[in-house]
Amino acid sequence: MKTNNRFGMAAVSGFLVILAAVYLAPILIVLMNSFKGRFFISDTPFAPPNGQTFVGIDNYISGIAKTGFLQAFGYSLFITVFSVGAIVLFTAMTAWCITRVKSRASSLLYYLFVFSMIVPFQMVMFTMSKMANILHLDNPLGIIVIYLGFGAGLSVFIYSGFVKSIPHEIEEAATIDGCNPVQTFFWIVLPILQPVSITVAILNAMWIWNDYLLPYLVIGNTYKTIPIAVQYLQGGYGSRDMGAMMAMLVLAIVPIVIFYLTSQQYIIKGVVAGAVKG
Amino acid sequence: MRKMPIKFYAFFVLPTAVAFLISFLIPFLLGIYLSFTEFTTVTNSRWVGVDNYVRAFSEDIDFWNALVFTAKFAVVSVALINAFAFLFAFLLTRKIRGANVFRTVFFMPNLIGGIILGYIWQLILNGILINFGVDITFDARYGFWGLVILMNWQMAGYMMIIYIAAIQNVPPELIEAASIDGAGALQTLRRITIPMVRPAFTICTFLTVTNSFKLFDQNLALTAGAPGRASSMLALDIFNTFYGRNGYEGVGQAKAVVFFLIVGLIVLLQLYFSRRKELES
Repeated sequence: MKTNNRFGMAAVSGFLVILAAVYLAPILIVLMNSFKGRFFISDTPFAPPNGQTFVGIDNYISGIAKTGFLQAFGYSLFITVFSVGAIVLFTAMTAWCITRVKSRASSLLYYLFVFSMIVPFQMVMFTMSKMANILHLDNPLGIIVIYLGFGAGLSVFIYSGFVKSIPHEIEEAATIDGCNPVQTFFWIVLPILQPVSITVAILNAMWIWNDYLLPYLVIGNTYKTIPIAVQYLQGGYGSRDMGAMMAMLVLAIVPIVIFYLTSQQYIIKGVVAGAVKG
Repeated sequence: MRKMPIKFYAFFVLPTAVAFLISFLIPFLLGIYLSFTEFTTVTNSRWVGVDNYVRAFSEDIDFWNALVFTAKFAVVSVALINAFAFLFAFLLTRKIRGANVFRTVFFMPNLIGGIILGYIWQLILNGILINFGVDITFDARYGFWGLVILMNWQMAGYMMIIYIAAIQNVPPELIEAASIDGAGALQTLRRITIPMVRPAFTICTFLTVTNSFKLFDQNLALTAGAPGRASSMLALDIFNTFYGRNGYEGVGQAKAVVFFLIVGLIVLLQLYFSRRKELES
Protein backbone atom coordinates (compact mmCIF):
# COMPACT_ATOMS: atom_id res chain seq x y z
CA MET A 1 0.00 0.00 0.00
CA LYS A 2 2.72 2.42 0.99
CA THR A 3 4.97 1.85 -2.04
CA ASN A 4 1.91 2.04 -4.23
CA ASN A 5 1.08 5.43 -2.70
CA ARG A 6 4.62 6.74 -3.12
CA PHE A 7 4.61 5.65 -6.74
CA GLY A 8 1.29 7.39 -7.24
CA MET A 9 2.62 10.62 -5.75
CA ALA A 10 5.67 10.51 -8.02
CA ALA A 11 3.41 10.04 -11.04
CA VAL A 12 1.24 12.99 -9.98
CA SER A 13 4.31 15.18 -9.43
CA GLY A 14 5.69 14.22 -12.84
CA PHE A 15 2.37 15.00 -14.48
CA LEU A 16 2.23 18.42 -12.77
CA VAL A 17 5.81 19.24 -13.85
CA ILE A 18 4.94 18.49 -17.48
CA LEU A 19 1.75 20.52 -17.17
CA ALA A 20 3.63 23.47 -15.66
CA ALA A 21 6.09 23.32 -18.56
CA VAL A 22 3.18 23.38 -21.03
CA TYR A 23 1.75 26.36 -19.15
CA LEU A 24 4.96 28.36 -19.26
CA ALA A 25 5.97 27.37 -22.80
CA PRO A 26 3.88 29.96 -24.73
CA ILE A 27 5.41 32.84 -22.78
CA LEU A 28 8.94 31.47 -23.11
CA ILE A 29 8.46 30.94 -26.85
CA VAL A 30 7.38 34.56 -27.27
CA LEU A 31 10.40 35.67 -25.22
CA MET A 32 12.72 33.59 -27.40
CA ASN A 33 11.24 34.93 -30.64
CA SER A 34 11.60 38.51 -29.46
CA PHE A 35 15.34 38.14 -30.07
CA LYS A 36 14.94 36.81 -33.62
CA GLY A 37 14.81 38.76 -36.88
CA ARG A 38 11.29 39.66 -37.98
CA PHE A 39 11.27 37.28 -40.96
CA PHE A 40 12.33 34.23 -38.94
CA ILE A 41 9.39 34.25 -36.52
CA SER A 42 6.08 33.30 -38.16
CA ASP A 43 7.38 30.28 -40.09
CA THR A 44 9.65 28.80 -37.44
CA PRO A 45 8.46 30.01 -34.05
CA PHE A 46 9.85 26.96 -32.24
CA ALA A 47 13.42 27.32 -33.53
CA PRO A 48 15.79 28.99 -31.05
CA PRO A 49 17.74 31.99 -32.35
CA ASN A 50 21.04 31.17 -34.05
CA GLY A 51 23.90 33.20 -35.53
CA GLN A 52 21.85 34.08 -38.59
CA THR A 53 18.55 34.93 -36.91
CA PHE A 54 19.69 36.52 -33.62
CA VAL A 55 19.22 40.31 -33.63
CA GLY A 56 19.81 41.23 -29.97
CA ILE A 57 17.44 43.91 -28.72
CA ASP A 58 16.71 45.43 -32.15
CA ASN A 59 13.06 44.36 -31.98
CA TYR A 60 12.66 46.12 -28.66
CA ILE A 61 14.14 49.34 -30.02
CA SER A 62 12.00 49.35 -33.17
CA GLY A 63 8.87 48.20 -31.32
CA ILE A 64 9.16 50.93 -28.69
CA ALA A 65 9.62 53.52 -31.42
CA LYS A 66 6.73 52.25 -33.56
CA THR A 67 4.14 51.95 -30.81
CA GLY A 68 5.26 54.71 -28.47
CA PHE A 69 5.38 52.03 -25.81
CA LEU A 70 6.90 54.18 -23.09
CA GLN A 71 4.08 56.70 -23.39
CA ALA A 72 1.53 53.89 -23.51
CA PHE A 73 3.01 52.48 -20.32
CA GLY A 74 2.70 55.91 -18.71
CA TYR A 75 -0.95 56.30 -19.75
CA SER A 76 -1.84 52.77 -18.61
CA LEU A 77 -0.19 53.35 -15.24
CA PHE A 78 -1.77 56.79 -14.73
CA ILE A 79 -5.26 55.66 -15.70
CA THR A 80 -5.11 52.44 -13.67
CA VAL A 81 -3.72 54.01 -10.48
CA PHE A 82 -6.07 56.98 -10.34
CA SER A 83 -9.16 55.10 -11.50
CA VAL A 84 -8.59 52.41 -8.88
CA GLY A 85 -8.00 55.10 -6.25
CA ALA A 86 -11.22 56.87 -7.19
CA ILE A 87 -13.20 53.62 -7.25
CA VAL A 88 -11.94 52.48 -3.83
CA LEU A 89 -12.63 55.83 -2.13
CA PHE A 90 -15.94 56.80 -3.70
CA THR A 91 -17.62 53.39 -3.90
CA ALA A 92 -16.67 52.68 -0.27
CA MET A 93 -18.36 55.97 0.72
CA THR A 94 -21.43 55.20 -1.36
CA ALA A 95 -21.74 51.58 -0.28
CA TRP A 96 -21.47 52.43 3.43
CA CYS A 97 -23.99 55.24 3.12
CA ILE A 98 -26.66 53.33 1.17
CA THR A 99 -26.27 50.26 3.37
CA ARG A 100 -26.62 52.20 6.62
CA VAL A 101 -29.27 54.74 5.62
CA LYS A 102 -32.41 52.78 4.87
CA SER A 103 -34.42 54.78 2.38
CA ARG A 104 -36.07 54.35 -0.98
CA ALA A 105 -33.22 56.23 -2.67
CA SER A 106 -30.69 53.89 -1.07
CA SER A 107 -32.33 50.70 -2.24
CA LEU A 108 -33.00 52.10 -5.71
CA LEU A 109 -29.31 52.95 -6.06
CA TYR A 110 -28.27 49.55 -4.75
CA TYR A 111 -30.42 47.67 -7.25
CA LEU A 112 -29.25 49.87 -10.12
CA PHE A 113 -25.62 49.15 -9.25
CA VAL A 114 -26.26 45.40 -9.05
CA PHE A 115 -28.20 45.51 -12.32
CA SER A 116 -25.31 47.21 -14.12
CA MET A 117 -23.10 44.17 -13.43
CA ILE A 118 -25.03 41.96 -15.85
CA VAL A 119 -25.20 44.44 -18.74
CA PRO A 120 -22.61 43.62 -21.42
CA PHE A 121 -20.35 46.46 -22.48
CA GLN A 122 -21.55 46.38 -26.13
CA MET A 123 -24.96 47.54 -24.94
CA VAL A 124 -23.62 50.95 -23.92
CA MET A 125 -20.36 51.29 -25.84
CA PHE A 126 -21.64 53.60 -28.57
CA THR A 127 -23.78 55.90 -26.44
CA MET A 128 -21.20 55.98 -23.63
CA SER A 129 -18.35 57.01 -25.92
CA LYS A 130 -20.58 59.74 -27.41
CA MET A 131 -21.41 60.95 -23.89
CA ALA A 132 -17.72 61.01 -23.00
CA ASN A 133 -17.08 63.01 -26.13
CA ILE A 134 -19.82 65.57 -25.49
CA LEU A 135 -18.77 66.05 -21.85
CA HIS A 136 -15.05 66.31 -22.77
CA LEU A 137 -14.18 63.23 -20.77
CA ASP A 138 -12.16 61.85 -23.70
CA ASN A 139 -8.74 62.29 -22.08
CA PRO A 140 -6.73 60.36 -19.47
CA LEU A 141 -8.21 62.43 -16.64
CA GLY A 142 -11.83 62.25 -17.83
CA ILE A 143 -11.74 58.51 -18.42
CA ILE A 144 -11.32 58.11 -14.65
CA VAL A 145 -14.94 59.29 -14.29
CA ILE A 146 -16.03 56.66 -16.82
CA TYR A 147 -14.16 53.93 -14.96
CA LEU A 148 -15.69 55.06 -11.67
CA GLY A 149 -19.15 54.70 -13.20
CA PHE A 150 -18.43 51.29 -14.71
CA GLY A 151 -16.55 49.96 -11.69
CA ALA A 152 -19.31 51.06 -9.31
CA GLY A 153 -21.52 47.97 -9.78
CA LEU A 154 -19.18 45.24 -8.58
CA SER A 155 -17.36 47.46 -6.07
CA VAL A 156 -20.49 48.77 -4.32
CA PHE A 157 -21.81 45.20 -4.24
CA ILE A 158 -18.66 43.84 -2.58
CA TYR A 159 -18.40 46.71 -0.09
CA SER A 160 -22.10 46.49 0.84
CA GLY A 161 -21.78 42.80 1.61
CA PHE A 162 -18.97 43.58 4.04
CA VAL A 163 -20.56 46.66 5.63
CA LYS A 164 -23.59 44.55 6.60
CA SER A 165 -21.28 42.37 8.72
CA ILE A 166 -19.82 45.30 10.70
CA PRO A 167 -21.71 45.87 14.00
CA HIS A 168 -23.59 49.21 14.18
CA GLU A 169 -22.44 49.82 17.76
CA ILE A 170 -18.98 51.03 16.80
CA GLU A 171 -20.39 53.75 14.57
CA GLU A 172 -23.09 54.67 17.08
CA ALA A 173 -20.41 55.11 19.77
CA ALA A 174 -18.55 57.46 17.44
CA THR A 175 -21.71 59.48 16.85
CA ILE A 176 -22.36 59.76 20.57
CA ASP A 177 -18.76 60.97 21.02
CA GLY A 178 -19.62 63.83 18.65
CA CYS A 179 -18.44 62.58 15.25
CA ASN A 180 -20.43 63.69 12.23
CA PRO A 181 -20.98 61.10 9.46
CA VAL A 182 -17.90 62.25 7.51
CA GLN A 183 -15.65 61.88 10.53
CA THR A 184 -17.22 58.54 11.42
CA PHE A 185 -16.61 57.23 7.93
CA PHE A 186 -13.00 58.33 7.54
CA TRP A 187 -11.82 57.62 11.10
CA ILE A 188 -13.81 54.51 11.96
CA VAL A 189 -15.32 52.79 8.92
CA LEU A 190 -12.67 53.19 6.23
CA PRO A 191 -9.92 51.54 8.34
CA ILE A 192 -12.26 48.61 9.11
CA LEU A 193 -12.92 48.22 5.37
CA GLN A 194 -9.22 47.81 4.56
CA PRO A 195 -9.22 44.08 3.65
CA VAL A 196 -12.17 44.60 1.27
CA SER A 197 -10.49 47.68 -0.16
CA ILE A 198 -7.55 45.48 -1.17
CA THR A 199 -9.92 43.04 -2.89
CA VAL A 200 -11.75 45.85 -4.69
CA ALA A 201 -8.47 47.50 -5.72
CA ILE A 202 -7.00 44.28 -7.14
CA LEU A 203 -10.10 43.26 -9.09
CA ASN A 204 -10.43 46.73 -10.63
CA ALA A 205 -6.69 47.06 -11.33
CA MET A 206 -6.68 43.76 -13.25
CA TRP A 207 -9.65 44.89 -15.27
CA ILE A 208 -8.53 48.45 -16.06
CA TRP A 209 -4.88 47.63 -16.80
CA ASN A 210 -5.92 45.01 -19.38
CA ASP A 211 -9.00 46.80 -20.73
CA TYR A 212 -8.94 47.36 -24.47
CA LEU A 213 -12.29 48.36 -25.94
CA LEU A 214 -13.35 51.08 -23.50
CA PRO A 215 -10.14 53.16 -23.74
CA TYR A 216 -9.96 52.43 -27.48
CA LEU A 217 -13.39 53.97 -28.02
CA VAL A 218 -13.05 56.84 -25.55
CA ILE A 219 -9.43 58.02 -25.90
CA GLY A 220 -7.83 55.63 -28.42
CA ASN A 221 -7.34 58.18 -31.19
CA THR A 222 -5.07 60.39 -29.14
CA TYR A 223 -3.87 58.33 -26.20
CA LYS A 224 -2.79 54.71 -26.55
CA THR A 225 -2.72 52.44 -23.51
CA ILE A 226 -0.64 49.23 -23.68
CA PRO A 227 -3.35 46.93 -25.15
CA ILE A 228 -4.20 49.60 -27.75
CA ALA A 229 -0.51 49.98 -28.65
CA VAL A 230 -0.17 46.21 -29.16
CA GLN A 231 -3.33 45.99 -31.26
CA TYR A 232 -2.11 49.01 -33.26
CA LEU A 233 0.94 46.99 -34.37
CA GLN A 234 -1.37 44.48 -36.02
CA GLY A 235 -2.09 46.96 -38.82
CA GLY A 236 -3.15 45.41 -42.10
CA TYR A 237 -2.83 41.68 -42.39
CA GLY A 238 0.59 40.46 -43.57
CA SER A 239 2.28 43.82 -43.22
CA ARG A 240 2.96 43.74 -39.54
CA ASP A 241 6.39 43.60 -37.95
CA MET A 242 6.45 40.28 -36.09
CA GLY A 243 9.73 41.14 -34.35
CA ALA A 244 8.33 44.33 -32.86
CA MET A 245 5.14 42.43 -31.96
CA MET A 246 7.06 39.80 -29.98
CA ALA A 247 9.08 42.45 -28.15
CA MET A 248 5.93 44.41 -27.23
CA LEU A 249 4.20 41.24 -25.98
CA VAL A 250 7.17 40.63 -23.68
CA LEU A 251 7.15 44.23 -22.45
CA ALA A 252 3.39 44.01 -21.82
CA ILE A 253 3.77 40.81 -19.79
CA VAL A 254 6.80 41.81 -17.66
CA PRO A 255 5.04 44.42 -15.45
CA ILE A 256 2.18 41.98 -14.81
CA VAL A 257 4.54 39.17 -13.80
CA ILE A 258 6.46 41.49 -11.44
CA PHE A 259 3.22 42.73 -9.88
CA TYR A 260 1.95 39.17 -9.54
CA LEU A 261 5.10 37.77 -7.93
CA THR A 262 5.32 40.63 -5.42
CA SER A 263 1.70 40.64 -4.29
CA GLN A 264 0.56 37.13 -5.12
CA GLN A 265 -1.12 36.42 -1.79
CA TYR A 266 -3.33 39.52 -2.02
CA ILE A 267 -4.23 38.82 -5.64
CA ILE A 268 -5.30 35.25 -4.96
CA LYS A 269 -7.22 36.21 -1.83
CA GLY A 270 -8.86 39.09 -3.69
CA VAL A 271 -9.87 36.89 -6.61
CA VAL A 272 -11.43 34.25 -4.35
CA ALA A 273 -13.29 36.86 -2.27
CA GLY A 274 -14.48 38.66 -5.40
CA ALA A 275 -15.65 35.46 -7.08
CA VAL A 276 -17.53 34.17 -4.08
CA LYS A 277 -19.32 37.48 -3.62
CA GLY A 278 -19.94 38.06 -7.33
CA MET B 1 -27.65 55.23 11.58
CA ARG B 2 -31.14 55.19 10.15
CA LYS B 3 -31.15 58.77 8.89
CA MET B 4 -28.55 61.19 7.67
CA PRO B 5 -28.83 64.92 6.91
CA ILE B 6 -29.24 65.39 3.18
CA LYS B 7 -25.98 67.28 2.74
CA PHE B 8 -24.02 64.34 4.16
CA TYR B 9 -26.00 61.85 2.09
CA ALA B 10 -25.16 63.84 -1.04
CA PHE B 11 -21.50 64.02 -0.05
CA PHE B 12 -21.26 60.21 0.21
CA VAL B 13 -23.41 59.23 -2.75
CA LEU B 14 -23.08 61.94 -5.40
CA PRO B 15 -19.57 61.31 -6.79
CA THR B 16 -20.32 57.67 -7.59
CA ALA B 17 -23.93 58.33 -8.60
CA VAL B 18 -23.02 61.09 -11.07
CA ALA B 19 -20.25 59.00 -12.67
CA PHE B 20 -22.66 56.05 -12.84
CA LEU B 21 -25.33 58.22 -14.45
CA ILE B 22 -22.94 59.57 -17.09
CA SER B 23 -21.14 56.37 -18.03
CA PHE B 24 -23.82 53.75 -17.51
CA LEU B 25 -27.41 54.73 -16.81
CA ILE B 26 -27.99 57.42 -19.44
CA PRO B 27 -26.08 55.49 -22.15
CA PHE B 28 -28.06 52.36 -21.27
CA LEU B 29 -31.49 54.04 -21.57
CA LEU B 30 -30.40 55.97 -24.65
CA GLY B 31 -29.15 52.70 -26.13
CA ILE B 32 -32.57 51.07 -25.76
CA TYR B 33 -34.23 54.09 -27.36
CA LEU B 34 -31.74 54.24 -30.24
CA SER B 35 -32.27 50.57 -31.06
CA PHE B 36 -35.72 51.62 -32.38
CA THR B 37 -34.31 54.43 -34.53
CA GLU B 38 -32.04 55.06 -37.46
CA PHE B 39 -29.05 57.21 -36.53
CA THR B 40 -25.42 58.02 -37.16
CA THR B 41 -24.92 60.18 -34.09
CA VAL B 42 -27.01 60.46 -30.95
CA THR B 43 -28.73 63.66 -32.13
CA ASN B 44 -30.04 62.74 -35.59
CA SER B 45 -32.17 59.70 -34.79
CA ARG B 46 -35.38 58.85 -36.64
CA TRP B 47 -37.97 56.41 -35.24
CA VAL B 48 -38.22 53.19 -37.26
CA GLY B 49 -39.93 50.82 -34.80
CA VAL B 50 -38.69 47.23 -34.73
CA ASP B 51 -37.10 47.54 -38.15
CA ASN B 52 -33.56 47.24 -36.75
CA TYR B 53 -34.42 44.03 -34.92
CA VAL B 54 -35.85 42.51 -38.08
CA ARG B 55 -32.80 43.54 -40.07
CA ALA B 56 -30.42 42.19 -37.41
CA PHE B 57 -31.75 38.69 -37.99
CA SER B 58 -32.86 38.79 -41.62
CA GLU B 59 -30.36 40.81 -43.63
CA ASP B 60 -27.43 38.44 -43.36
CA ILE B 61 -26.50 35.35 -41.41
CA ASP B 62 -23.66 37.00 -39.46
CA PHE B 63 -25.67 37.47 -36.28
CA TRP B 64 -27.11 33.95 -36.33
CA ASN B 65 -23.68 32.62 -37.09
CA ALA B 66 -22.13 34.52 -34.17
CA LEU B 67 -24.93 33.38 -31.88
CA VAL B 68 -24.42 29.71 -32.73
CA PHE B 69 -20.62 30.05 -32.55
CA THR B 70 -20.84 31.72 -29.14
CA ALA B 71 -23.31 29.19 -27.72
CA LYS B 72 -21.20 26.24 -28.88
CA PHE B 73 -18.07 27.89 -27.57
CA ALA B 74 -19.68 28.51 -24.19
CA VAL B 75 -20.77 24.87 -23.83
CA VAL B 76 -17.40 23.40 -24.81
CA SER B 77 -15.23 25.82 -22.88
CA VAL B 78 -17.34 25.73 -19.72
CA ALA B 79 -17.11 21.93 -19.62
CA LEU B 80 -13.38 21.78 -20.36
CA ILE B 81 -12.30 24.69 -18.15
CA ASN B 82 -14.16 23.31 -15.15
CA ALA B 83 -12.88 19.77 -15.73
CA PHE B 84 -9.26 20.95 -15.93
CA ALA B 85 -9.65 23.38 -13.06
CA PHE B 86 -11.12 20.71 -10.80
CA LEU B 87 -8.41 18.22 -11.78
CA PHE B 88 -5.64 20.75 -10.99
CA ALA B 89 -7.27 21.64 -7.68
CA PHE B 90 -7.74 17.97 -6.76
CA LEU B 91 -4.09 17.16 -7.49
CA LEU B 92 -2.72 20.24 -5.74
CA THR B 93 -4.60 19.48 -2.52
CA ARG B 94 -2.89 16.03 -2.26
CA LYS B 95 0.06 17.28 -0.13
CA ILE B 96 2.24 17.52 -3.23
CA ARG B 97 5.68 19.00 -2.76
CA GLY B 98 5.89 22.40 -4.45
CA ALA B 99 2.10 22.80 -4.63
CA ASN B 100 2.47 26.57 -4.21
CA VAL B 101 4.82 26.84 -7.17
CA PHE B 102 2.38 24.93 -9.39
CA ARG B 103 -0.49 27.10 -8.18
CA THR B 104 1.49 30.25 -9.02
CA VAL B 105 2.25 28.97 -12.54
CA PHE B 106 -1.29 27.82 -13.35
CA PHE B 107 -2.89 31.05 -12.16
CA MET B 108 -0.53 33.47 -13.91
CA PRO B 109 -2.07 33.55 -17.44
CA ASN B 110 -5.27 34.89 -15.87
CA LEU B 111 -3.61 38.24 -15.22
CA ILE B 112 -2.54 38.80 -18.82
CA GLY B 113 -4.88 40.89 -20.96
CA GLY B 114 -7.01 39.37 -23.72
CA ILE B 115 -5.30 41.20 -26.60
CA ILE B 116 -1.86 40.02 -25.45
CA LEU B 117 -3.13 36.45 -24.95
CA GLY B 118 -4.62 36.44 -28.44
CA TYR B 119 -1.32 37.29 -30.10
CA ILE B 120 0.67 34.85 -27.97
CA TRP B 121 -1.57 31.99 -29.08
CA GLN B 122 -1.74 33.19 -32.66
CA LEU B 123 2.05 32.71 -32.83
CA ILE B 124 1.95 29.25 -31.23
CA LEU B 125 -1.02 27.88 -33.17
CA ASN B 126 0.12 29.26 -36.51
CA GLY B 127 3.56 27.79 -35.82
CA ILE B 128 1.95 24.35 -35.49
CA LEU B 129 -0.57 24.74 -38.34
CA ILE B 130 2.08 25.90 -40.83
CA ASN B 131 3.37 22.32 -40.89
CA PHE B 132 0.03 21.41 -42.49
CA GLY B 133 0.16 24.32 -44.91
CA VAL B 134 -2.66 26.32 -43.27
CA ASP B 135 -3.09 28.97 -40.58
CA ILE B 136 -5.64 29.79 -37.91
CA THR B 137 -7.82 31.85 -40.28
CA PHE B 138 -8.12 29.00 -42.79
CA ASP B 139 -11.27 27.54 -41.27
CA ALA B 140 -13.63 28.74 -38.54
CA ARG B 141 -13.13 25.41 -36.77
CA TYR B 142 -9.46 26.23 -36.21
CA GLY B 143 -10.44 29.58 -34.74
CA PHE B 144 -13.00 27.84 -32.53
CA TRP B 145 -10.58 25.32 -31.05
CA GLY B 146 -7.86 27.96 -30.85
CA LEU B 147 -10.15 30.07 -28.68
CA VAL B 148 -11.05 27.04 -26.57
CA ILE B 149 -7.35 26.30 -25.95
CA LEU B 150 -6.63 29.95 -25.20
CA MET B 151 -9.52 30.28 -22.75
CA ASN B 152 -8.55 27.08 -20.96
CA TRP B 153 -5.03 28.40 -20.56
CA GLN B 154 -6.37 31.68 -19.22
CA MET B 155 -9.28 30.60 -17.03
CA ALA B 156 -8.45 27.13 -15.68
CA GLY B 157 -6.00 28.53 -13.12
CA TYR B 158 -8.56 31.06 -11.90
CA MET B 159 -11.26 28.43 -11.40
CA MET B 160 -8.65 26.13 -9.84
CA ILE B 161 -8.09 28.72 -7.08
CA ILE B 162 -11.82 28.71 -6.27
CA TYR B 163 -11.93 24.88 -6.25
CA ILE B 164 -8.85 24.70 -4.02
CA ALA B 165 -10.53 27.00 -1.49
CA ALA B 166 -13.65 24.80 -1.59
CA ILE B 167 -11.78 21.48 -1.28
CA GLN B 168 -9.77 22.80 1.66
CA ASN B 169 -13.05 23.63 3.39
CA VAL B 170 -14.23 20.01 3.34
CA PRO B 171 -14.02 18.88 7.01
CA PRO B 172 -11.13 16.39 7.41
CA GLU B 173 -13.31 14.31 9.77
CA LEU B 174 -15.56 13.40 6.85
CA ILE B 175 -12.63 12.13 4.77
CA GLU B 176 -11.27 10.24 7.79
CA ALA B 177 -14.64 8.68 8.55
CA ALA B 178 -14.92 7.57 4.94
CA SER B 179 -11.50 5.94 4.96
CA ILE B 180 -12.31 4.15 8.24
CA ASP B 181 -15.47 2.86 6.57
CA GLY B 182 -13.23 1.46 3.85
CA ALA B 183 -13.88 3.94 1.05
CA GLY B 184 -11.20 4.11 -1.66
CA ALA B 185 -9.81 7.33 -3.05
CA LEU B 186 -12.24 7.38 -5.98
CA GLN B 187 -15.22 6.65 -3.77
CA THR B 188 -14.24 9.43 -1.38
CA LEU B 189 -13.94 11.79 -4.32
CA ARG B 190 -17.33 10.85 -5.73
CA ARG B 191 -19.33 10.56 -2.52
CA ILE B 192 -17.76 13.29 -0.38
CA THR B 193 -15.50 15.81 -2.11
CA ILE B 194 -17.63 16.48 -5.19
CA PRO B 195 -20.96 16.92 -3.31
CA MET B 196 -19.22 19.12 -0.72
CA VAL B 197 -17.78 21.51 -3.32
CA ARG B 198 -21.03 21.89 -5.26
CA PRO B 199 -21.36 25.64 -4.44
CA ALA B 200 -17.95 26.15 -6.06
CA PHE B 201 -19.20 24.37 -9.19
CA THR B 202 -22.12 26.80 -9.32
CA ILE B 203 -19.86 29.85 -8.99
CA CYS B 204 -17.35 28.60 -11.56
CA THR B 205 -20.03 27.66 -14.07
CA PHE B 206 -21.56 31.10 -13.68
CA LEU B 207 -18.22 32.86 -14.18
CA THR B 208 -17.17 30.76 -17.17
CA VAL B 209 -20.55 31.04 -18.92
CA THR B 210 -20.73 34.84 -18.62
CA ASN B 211 -17.06 35.22 -19.56
CA SER B 212 -17.50 33.02 -22.63
CA PHE B 213 -20.54 34.96 -23.79
CA LYS B 214 -18.91 38.37 -23.34
CA LEU B 215 -15.58 37.36 -24.90
CA PHE B 216 -14.20 40.07 -27.17
CA ASP B 217 -10.48 40.91 -26.87
CA GLN B 218 -9.24 37.34 -27.36
CA ASN B 219 -11.54 36.88 -30.36
CA LEU B 220 -10.34 40.13 -31.95
CA ALA B 221 -6.64 39.38 -31.48
CA LEU B 222 -6.63 35.66 -32.35
CA THR B 223 -8.66 35.63 -35.60
CA ALA B 224 -10.51 38.97 -35.82
CA GLY B 225 -13.44 36.84 -36.99
CA ALA B 226 -11.62 35.37 -40.01
CA PRO B 227 -12.18 33.66 -42.38
CA GLY B 228 -14.72 36.31 -43.39
CA ARG B 229 -16.90 36.63 -40.30
CA ALA B 230 -17.10 32.92 -39.65
CA SER B 231 -15.27 32.97 -36.29
CA SER B 232 -16.89 36.15 -34.96
CA MET B 233 -18.53 35.84 -31.59
CA LEU B 234 -21.50 37.99 -30.52
CA ALA B 235 -19.51 40.86 -29.03
CA LEU B 236 -17.22 41.13 -32.05
CA ASP B 237 -20.13 40.91 -34.49
CA ILE B 238 -21.88 43.79 -32.72
CA PHE B 239 -18.69 45.84 -32.76
CA ASN B 240 -18.25 45.22 -36.51
CA THR B 241 -21.87 46.08 -37.24
CA PHE B 242 -21.47 49.39 -35.40
CA TYR B 243 -18.10 50.52 -36.62
CA GLY B 244 -17.48 48.45 -39.75
CA ARG B 245 -20.45 49.51 -41.92
CA ASN B 246 -22.07 52.87 -42.48
CA GLY B 247 -25.81 53.08 -41.88
CA TYR B 248 -25.88 50.03 -39.59
CA GLU B 249 -25.61 51.81 -36.23
CA GLY B 250 -29.26 51.11 -35.43
CA VAL B 251 -28.90 47.45 -36.35
CA GLY B 252 -25.79 47.25 -34.17
CA GLN B 253 -27.67 48.76 -31.24
CA ALA B 254 -30.57 46.34 -31.75
CA LYS B 255 -28.12 43.42 -31.76
CA ALA B 256 -26.62 44.81 -28.55
CA VAL B 257 -30.06 44.84 -26.89
CA VAL B 258 -30.64 41.22 -27.94
CA PHE B 259 -27.17 40.36 -26.58
CA PHE B 260 -28.05 42.03 -23.28
CA LEU B 261 -31.32 40.08 -23.06
CA ILE B 262 -29.52 36.78 -23.71
CA VAL B 263 -26.88 37.45 -21.03
CA GLY B 264 -29.57 38.65 -18.61
CA LEU B 265 -31.64 35.51 -19.21
CA ILE B 266 -28.63 33.27 -18.55
CA VAL B 267 -27.90 35.09 -15.28
CA LEU B 268 -31.53 34.81 -14.15
CA LEU B 269 -31.72 31.11 -15.02
CA GLN B 270 -28.54 30.40 -13.11
CA LEU B 271 -29.71 32.34 -10.07
CA TYR B 272 -33.00 30.44 -10.18
CA PHE B 273 -31.37 27.01 -10.43
CA SER B 274 -28.70 27.67 -7.82
CA ARG B 275 -31.35 28.97 -5.37
CA ARG B 276 -33.44 25.86 -5.95
CA LYS B 277 -30.45 23.58 -5.41
CA GLU B 278 -29.60 25.39 -2.19
CA LEU B 279 -33.17 24.96 -0.96
CA GLU B 280 -33.09 21.24 -1.77
CA SER B 281 -29.92 20.54 0.19
